[in-house]
Amino acid sequence: MRPFEHLTVQAADEAIQALAGGDGGNTRLIAGGTDLLPLLKDGLVNPGRLIDIKPARALRHLTFDADGSLRIGALTTLAEIERSSQLAERLPLLRQSVVDAATPQLRAMATVGGNLLQRSRCWYFRGPFDCWLKGGTVCYMRDGENKYAAIFDQGPCRSAHPSDLAPALVALDATVSISGPAGSRTTPVAEFLAPPTNDERVEYRLRPDEMVTEIRIPAEAIAGHGVYLKAMDRRAWAFALVGAAAQVTILDGKVARARLVFSAVANVPWRATAAEALLVGQTLTPDLAAQAADAAIAGASPLAHNGYKVPLARELARRAILAAANLWTETN
Amino acid sequence: MSSPSSNAASVSTSASTTTIHLTVNGRTRTLSVEPRRTLLDALREDLHLTGAKPGCNMGQCGACTVLLDGEAVYSCLALAIECQHQAITTIEGLAHDDQLDPVQQAFIDHDALQCGFCTPGQVLALKSLLLRDPHPDDDAIERAMAGNLCRCGAYPKILAAARSLAGRAS
Repeated sequence: MRPFEHLTVQAADEAIQALAGGDGGNTRLIAGGTDLLPLLKDGLVNPGRLIDIKPARALRHLTFDADGSLRIGALTTLAEIERSSQLAERLPLLRQSVVDAATPQLRAMATVGGNLLQRSRCWYFRGPFDCWLKGGTVCYMRDGENKYAAIFDQGPCRSAHPSDLAPALVALDATVSISGPAGSRTTPVAEFLAPPTNDERVEYRLRPDEMVTEIRIPAEAIAGHGVYLKAMDRRAWAFALVGAAAQVTILDGKVARARLVFSAVANVPWRATAAEALLVGQTLTPDLAAQAADAAIAGASPLAHNGYKVPLARELARRAILAAANLWTETN
Repeated sequence: MSSPSSNAASVSTSASTTTIHLTVNGRTRTLSVEPRRTLLDALREDLHLTGAKPGCNMGQCGACTVLLDGEAVYSCLALAIECQHQAITTIEGLAHDDQLDPVQQAFIDHDALQCGFCTPGQVLALKSLLLRDPHPDDDAIERAMAGNLCRCGAYPKILAAARSLAGRAS
């Protein structure tokens, strides 16, 4: 780790002021630090100054508002989501998405805001390779050891998005509140997370002088029921091979709203809109869930070593859709 | 996590060595560190508390586990300068005089270790669970211990030690 100056702030507006120094990204915020510290140790980011925002207690809360919507402060830890009895009852998808994420120690430190800003786990990105995502010209994942790579092609980079929480948030139509020197803005998580491009080789869209302050989930999404299913190559402490978040609302026996979002199949959470469209307006049956699951993986273009992700995603999708509607059993 | 003072000011520290105060095992310790000093290195190199072990140094093994306000965390992923308002507990702080902590005693009674490198972290991870939940079931124990690797494979005996504590507490 290279030396850096250190600043501690007590509130978001102090952090924004400090970020406004105009040093072109040389200053970074630190919250839980569970991704930033490894990035610093690997030299993948080398800020001259860190701003500790953990003391900003106003950014650490889980609040159901009177209209049924949910606000989550950016500094809320994954452990706090895991342990919330209110969430377990009212929004099981969100809680399920974090219980198998990382480990208890990491969930105790890691924050919701930081989760959305975590960088790729691709070993070419993390390791000593001048890969495209780090500013080079080649994505080594394409022809290299690509067992964990994305199966959907979204551009030059083939790394798979690691977050379990993010696909759940996308399935819940969550928005992210962002503060900067010009005030606040709100954007869907589904747009905040975006495939890296030539100009922005990062998986999110946040200016160096901005910070994430809050996540909001609308009441109509919370009104449904959902699950997060995660396949790992061991039973604990692993990133998803594939994860599937499904949130379904059934009214008068028909699907009124459906969301199906995968983790670890694309650069960012992958929403299977074709599958959702097949479900809406229909009576949910095992056959329909299977058709939707087939639609969900249409267009996948696996590489040499990650073809297993295609049937895995299809089956997780099928089970997640059925489980979201309380129809999943071992026999169907 | 923060100071209880509501009007606490921003604190700026240069990249060079600065004085910080850590509350470790109930004692306030004053040390000089750079902001980049991890809690693990501050404990081991500055305070000579070598119970927390440097394994991977990247939050992937659990050997550096300590408690912050009773919560198990990886000290290799925390900056010492950011831990000044929390109670830090290391393995050295569990026993009182000649009286081992019940978790330590249970590890001995159940032979829940071989080489011992991961043991301080295992003990503290279990301690953190029992502080929150004195009667954990097997699923809760396995989940709580999922962040600590044991390359000797002592897991079944660690589980047995944890079960005995859950039973003893009931």
